[in-house]
Amino acid sequence: MLTISTTVRPATDLGFLLHKHPDRVQEFGQSYGTARVFYPEAGEERCTAALMLDVDPVRLVRSRGRSTPDYALGQYVNDRPYAASSLLAVALADVFRTARTGRCDSRPELAAGPIPLEITLPVLPCRGGPEMAHRFFGPLGWTVEAQAVPLDEGFPEWGDSRYVRLSLRGEVRLADALNHLYVLLPVLDDAKHYWIASDEVDKLIRAGESWLAAHPDRSLITRRYLGRRWALARTAFARLAELGDDVEEDLEPPVEEDPAADPGPPADAPPSEEPAGELPAVPAGEPPAAPAGEAPGEREAAPKRPLNVLRREAVLEALAESGAHSVIDLGCGSGQLVGALLDRPEFTKVAGVDVSAQALAIAARRLRLDRMPDRRRERLQLFQGALTYTDDRFAGYDAAVLMEVVEHVDPPRLNALERVVFGAARPGHVIVTTPNAEYNVRYDFLEGMRHPDHRFEWTRAEFQAWAAEVCREYGYHVAFRPVGDDDPELGPPTQMALFGRGSAANAGGGDD
Amino acid sequence: MTEIAVPEMSLVVLVGVSGSGKSTFARKHFAPTQVVSSDFCRGLVADDENDQTATPDAFDVLNYIVGTRLRRGLLTVVDATNVQWDARKKLIELAKSHDVLVDAIVMDVPEEVAAERNEARPDRDFGPHVIRRQHKDLRRSMAKISRDGFRRVHVLRGADEIEAATVVREKAWSDRRELTGPFDIIGDVHGCRAELETLLRTLGWEIEPGATGATHPEGRTAVFVGDLVDRGPDSPGVLRLVMGMVAAGTALCVSGNHEQKLARALNGRKVRVAHGLQESLDQLAAEPEEFRTAALAFMDGLISHYQLDGGRLVVAHAGLKEAYHGRASGRVRSFALYGDTTGETDEYGLPVRYPWAREYRGRAMVVYGHTPVPETEWINNTICLDTGVVFGGRLTALRYPAKEIVSVPAEKVWYESVRPFAAPGHRDPGVLSIEDVRGTQHIEVRHGGGRIKVREENSAAALEIMSRFAVDPRWLVYLPPTMAPPETSRLDGYLEHPAEAFEEFAAAGITRVVCEEKHMGSRAVAVLARSPQAAAARFGVADGTAGAVYTRTGRPFFADTTELVDRLRRACAPLMDELGSDWLALDCELLPWSAKAEGLIRSQYASVGAAARTALPEAVAVLEAAAGRGLDVGDLLDRTRRRLTNAARFRDAYARYCWPVSGLDGVRLAPFQVLACEGRATAAREPHSWHLDVLSRLADPLIAPTRHVSVDLASQESRDAATAWWSALTAEGGEGMVVKPLEWPGREGAHGRGGGTGAAVPEGRVQPGIKVRGREYLRIIYGPDYTESLEVLRRRFLGRKRSLALREHALGLESLSRLADGEPLWRVHEAVFAVLALESEPVDPRL
Repeated sequence: MLTISTTVRPATDLGFLLHKHPDRVQEFGQSYGTARVFYPEAGEERCTAALMLDVDPVRLVRSRGRSTPDYALGQYVNDRPYAASSLLAVALADVFRTARTGRCDSRPELAAGPIPLEITLPVLPCRGGPEMAHRFFGPLGWTVEAQAVPLDEGFPEWGDSRYVRLSLRGEVRLADALNHLYVLLPVLDDAKHYWIASDEVDKLIRAGESWLAAHPDRSLITRRYLGRRWALARTAFARLAELGDDVEEDLEPPVEEDPAADPGPPADAPPSEEPAGELPAVPAGEPPAAPAGEAPGEREAAPKRPLNVLRREAVLEALAESGAHSVIDLGCGSGQLVGALLDRPEFTKVAGVDVSAQALAIAARRLRLDRMPDRRRERLQLFQGALTYTDDRFAGYDAAVLMEVVEHVDPPRLNALERVVFGAARPGHVIVTTPNAEYNVRYDFLEGMRHPDHRFEWTRAEFQAWAAEVCREYGYHVAFRPVGDDDPELGPPTQMALFGRGSAANAGGGDD
Repeated sequence: MTEIAVPEMSLVVLVGVSGSGKSTFARKHFAPTQVVSSDFCRGLVADDENDQTATPDAFDVLNYIVGTRLRRGLLTVVDATNVQWDARKKLIELAKSHDVLVDAIVMDVPEEVAAERNEARPDRDFGPHVIRRQHKDLRRSMAKISRDGFRRVHVLRGADEIEAATVVREKAWSDRRELTGPFDIIGDVHGCRAELETLLRTLGWEIEPGATGATHPEGRTAVFVGDLVDRGPDSPGVLRLVMGMVAAGTALCVSGNHEQKLARALNGRKVRVAHGLQESLDQLAAEPEEFRTAALAFMDGLISHYQLDGGRLVVAHAGLKEAYHGRASGRVRSFALYGDTTGETDEYGLPVRYPWAREYRGRAMVVYGHTPVPETEWINNTICLDTGVVFGGRLTALRYPAKEIVSVPAEKVWYESVRPFAAPGHRDPGVLSIEDVRGTQHIEVRHGGGRIKVREENSAAALEIMSRFAVDPRWLVYLPPTMAPPETSRLDGYLEHPAEAFEEFAAAGITRVVCEEKHMGSRAVAVLARSPQAAAARFGVADGTAGAVYTRTGRPFFADTTELVDRLRRACAPLMDELGSDWLALDCELLPWSAKAEGLIRSQYASVGAAARTALPEAVAVLEAAAGRGLDVGDLLDRTRRRLTNAARFRDAYARYCWPVSGLDGVRLAPFQVLACEGRATAAREPHSWHLDVLSRLADPLIAPTRHVSVDLASQESRDAATAWWSALTAEGGEGMVVKPLEWPGREGAHGRGGGTGAAVPEGRVQPGIKVRGREYLRIIYGPDYTESLEVLRRRFLGRKRSLALREHALGLESLSRLADGEPLWRVHEAVFAVLALESEPVDPRL
């Protein structure tokens, strides 16, 4: 529900501006229920219009059909019937279509200029909390009052919910006010957008594009939208998450997601204003779209060159020194290293392996697999595999890379990984990178480990002890190299081990 | 009349010019599907059997078909001219690459006969010069065809001989599948006659005076894995005894590498005298010439492996991978005699062997010797029986099919081993192969299901969860199946009610059911061992852990479950005593729900509750104001007020299952089934009454009891009482109950007690359990306002859920049965993984 009040005189002119009569209850059928507009107050001094959505969750589900990817438990138990979500935005656009254009034949001057308005949303899903509402609506001329709604009074330890009670006051043109809501509601909404048809989402974002251009947080707004898109193809996984009483997000694969590099909307969509590339620094309070192994602090500590880039370059350099021509990237994530390898013709055979089908789908998209020229495509293999199962497909490469992978494996399963990589696949070279736990004190805001999916983070001594044991067991030799600023006391942020098969005597490369 | 004998599993190559009668001959002596002709393949790729331009493609297809058939072990006949050497060579190579024998049948007819026949066929429009050329090729071939590499070349000369010839199938020498035992399979003896006699007597054999033979009163057959000779004190004595047994039909013997080498030496070939060969040569030199001759003939005649008991047992000296079972080729023999050598040697100069058994996935048990091991160990349904008696170890036998190991110690160290004999074995870190789980899988289950299919996309989803989150596969012996609700109730205000569950079981012919309280928490499987040593012995987990507690998706319950595991081990120690087992697995519910699911509750349930309880009062206020203005919103106002009440009930429904815990304080575990213990898959064998009974004796504050009532379905009174029990349970806020047949009709009980309650209900069609959930609890499932839309919600479809429940249940019992039978890890994991994969199938999650 949302209410819009004005104190313009006569206040009942709001009816003209909204093209809805103050003395009538008007109903608008929606696929999932009914939208109603009525006026709880309509006086000379003050007039309030209410847009109330009657969402029938059962109809909402049934209107989407069982083949949709959102066939998950959350369908019936969801906040759509209560919260001001993207459904409300779509209804608002539908019900107040004319008002949103600013056209009003009976009160043109009133429609053209700012009027005193008060808008109330009792339950607004607002990812990032009240502060985010201030950030989004403040720059648009609103006085914002946002109050967090507690999750459950019976369990005060659970804290606040994702909702805020939002009041906006200001002198704003009504059409602009409606457009602000239309665009920002879905952006603030924490839910995946699949509750409404995907073309609706595209419409929303496109409608907002020109208007967003002037907003100081425009890229954050865009990124928030794009960041949620992948959720579309995740049914099977989501089901397994629920089954284990887990939250799907907690099981998300640690994939380095860079929405700007996404080929984006299909070809018919206009090219984005924002060039692919650098997003502004992640602002405080906003959890970063954390790339694998990338701590919130990692960027701030090394503002010049992100650690993940340094790491990739270090791995590429080590591969070049090893003389390897065929490389398998075990745990390739979204395929950054695979792409870099393909860019160098000396790597004639490149494979990317990940256990996450989602990661592979992102990698395929990033690498533009479907449009890749034959000569490049022939050099590449991309497939699902797990490092705890022996796999003949891992064999036959000069080098294997495990870049920020081992720390995602439970310690009791590490010996299986060792057997699979060093015992069964037995490439000539194995390059392993992993965070250096000692360096973590350098990250100001870091609590615990650098990524929620990390099962451990090793000190240099622990890493080296592990590597030595692997060498003893499987007949490899090893050298270590720092990646990133090598702190004299703490060592580098990332540590890298270069393994070679056989004894160290006949080994080249590697400095230690 | 010529009789042609071809091996049962082989490639038969027909050779003859066009018109020599090959196709007619093939039709007469072989099944149509056994014959692959070049003409037919030409037709397949060109729509014209005589289109010579299609010949290269036609032969690609022919080779593919022939190769596939040979891989599958099928007798195959190639009907093509094959008059040229290179055509035959390709076929011979194909046969060798699949390790099958290859015979040629040459049909040599006069040129005129062939030409005449071709003229009679209007589709053969090639001229006589073609026949002439083919005939010339054949003539040239005949001179040296015997050197092509055929096992045998059968030549039929002239139309009459071809017409009169008959074809018989010869069984492979290795094929003794008709022998079903029972067997006593005996490891490497190496001339240790005294120990062999002791072992045979221990096994109940009666040795003839003079030790020239032995018989078993129960008619058992001994099978020797080879290496009877060398190194030890009395190789001739061992040979004499075994030769006598083999001749009398009470034993079989496969060749060991030592017999092979000794025979070569006796045949006067140049061999390097080492590894105890000298001892045998010296001992044999003291024997009469007659015995030496007989021993040489015996050893020369030994074959490299036997397939026994319908193919379920394979004996080979150094083991045999599955692709080689029943095959014949040089490399099969070499594998059987020497193992899968890598060509490298270790620091003692002994060959490095590839650990083929670790990758073995065959169904046949493979029993072998060759490599001395300090302890016998089952590896993927294979076992090595060489326990180094000659090096002072033991002489070991395996009783088949009982899988019992019997051994006797060496009387002394007869020979010093080059390599330290008792070197610590390499522990298998529990590594599985991706091929065990990848792609579309078909799992055979013994309890009520036949074969269960797992689709590729479901395997893919499960692989991610399994490898990123699941506990060590050695602990992951079971994942709980899903359970279906009853048919939807028509009773006013209810979606589910006990009546439908009772009716369903009654209709299936079941007379007694048990209703168990359904605890609302998180499903937990607890696998507990008495001690870390017991865990290492039974599960091969050697990291000092003694158990695991994991969720429905195989995740460990808490970051560190050690404390929980230890408490449960203590609590279950008396039960382990009672079961006579050092370990057990329990199916449980862990309470409270919030202990594991707090994140989910907060993000999903509490959020919806917060939104509802904040939004609805404001909506009521706005509607009241509008009503006050005389607007017609009365119905909506009423409904919104009702929804406000629903929202409060919804909040109460989830909040009941939440309470704060700290460490284990506040955590409770409600076990309701003993899944398995040593040697027994109790979940598959014991009635629910047994489970509830033994579990009710667990006394520990951590353990929550499971309340239950049993119901006589024939009595309405009994049904009503259980319904009242359910109503009371759910009114107090309970989730509901699970209704299960008390005993499976027709399933054999553990103590020889037949379950037979009369009705022959096929297991696998009746649901193993039906959950009947309470009215308030269902708000968590169907949303706060579900009671407003009951009519719509009653249109739910149970078919898929019910089918899924049956399949997962069968897989669950299968994994437990495989565990209890001591089957290899990959076999257990296959079934466990399949449950997780099936769980990712899109089924209405509210059911």
